[in-house]
Amino acid sequence: MKKEITKKHRNDIILIVCVLFVATVGIVYLNFFRSTGDTVTVTVDGTEYGVYPLAQDRTEDIYSGEDNLNHNRLVISDGKAYMGCASCPDGICVAHKPVYRDGESIICLPNRVVVTVAVDGEADTPDIIM
Amino acid sequence: MKNKSRTVAFAGICIALALILAYVEVLIPPLFNSLPGIKMGLPNIIIVFLLYRRGPVFAGIVSLLRILLVSMLFGNVMALMYSLSGGVLSLAVMILLRKLNFLSPVGVSVAGGVTHNIGQILMAVLLLDTVQLGYYLVVLTVAGTIAGIVIGLCGSFLVKRIPQKLI
Repeated sequence: MKKEITKKHRNDIILIVCVLFVATVGIVYLNFFRSTGDTVTVTVDGTEYGVYPLAQDRTEDIYSGEDNLNHNRLVISDGKAYMGCASCPDGICVAHKPVYRDGESIICLPNRVVVTVAVDGEADTPDIIM
Repeated sequence: MKNKSRTVAFAGICIALALILAYVEVLIPPLFNSLPGIKMGLPNIIIVFLLYRRGPVFAGIVSLLRILLVSMLFGNVMALMYSLSGGVLSLAVMILLRKLNFLSPVGVSVAGGVTHNIGQILMAVLLLDTVQLGYYLVVLTVAGTIAGIVIGLCGSFLVKRIPQKLI
């Protein structure tokens, strides 16, 4: 009985180490092997809303949902994009750190708004699975 | 447990407990504001315990009813979809690992925590038509592992300490 328990604990530790290893590989890949993006693509409810260059400062108001009642303000400054303010109840997208690396995104689940950074050449190939 | 009404009453108590734990979880302020979805998964203590003491069917019923009730009380249909996708996937994985019987409750709970997050991400991919959730998945995997360890320790403690004849 005692032996069986320690064996299980060893398996536990193997599982945990494996999961954390995979996560570490993911973090390293996502942080160090991605180039800086050139554009941000805004997607509302799966359909493209607009593409904006990161190089140029701007503020874009995104209206979505029924009667366009949902609002997100996308701000681009210093080559980074972030949500200035939003009408969603949780405010998670506003709290999200600015994005600028290729593939990074801000997602507002309640308003179904997705902001994704892309590299110029790839901006035309959709990152969206229909 | 011998008779049916006792089983039903016990299931009721378990669901109520899981519900209260889910409520307590809502009250705890989030650690990182920019990272939603990072939760302790306190109700999973009950599920892990039941998985080891009462079998997969009982644990499954309690888990699904708990998700349904919590979503109805504190959330909306969207919350239900996310909870359900994570809940069902983690439940399936935990039941499978429990059956295979090569992990302690801690390992089962870690697997449950991680797959719960994977299930939610999959649902988000489906609902939002986007695959750009990779970064988030990594963060949630680490969080799920840590939460899983804590929850698993609590669960195994209960499995060990609550007398067999009581439940």
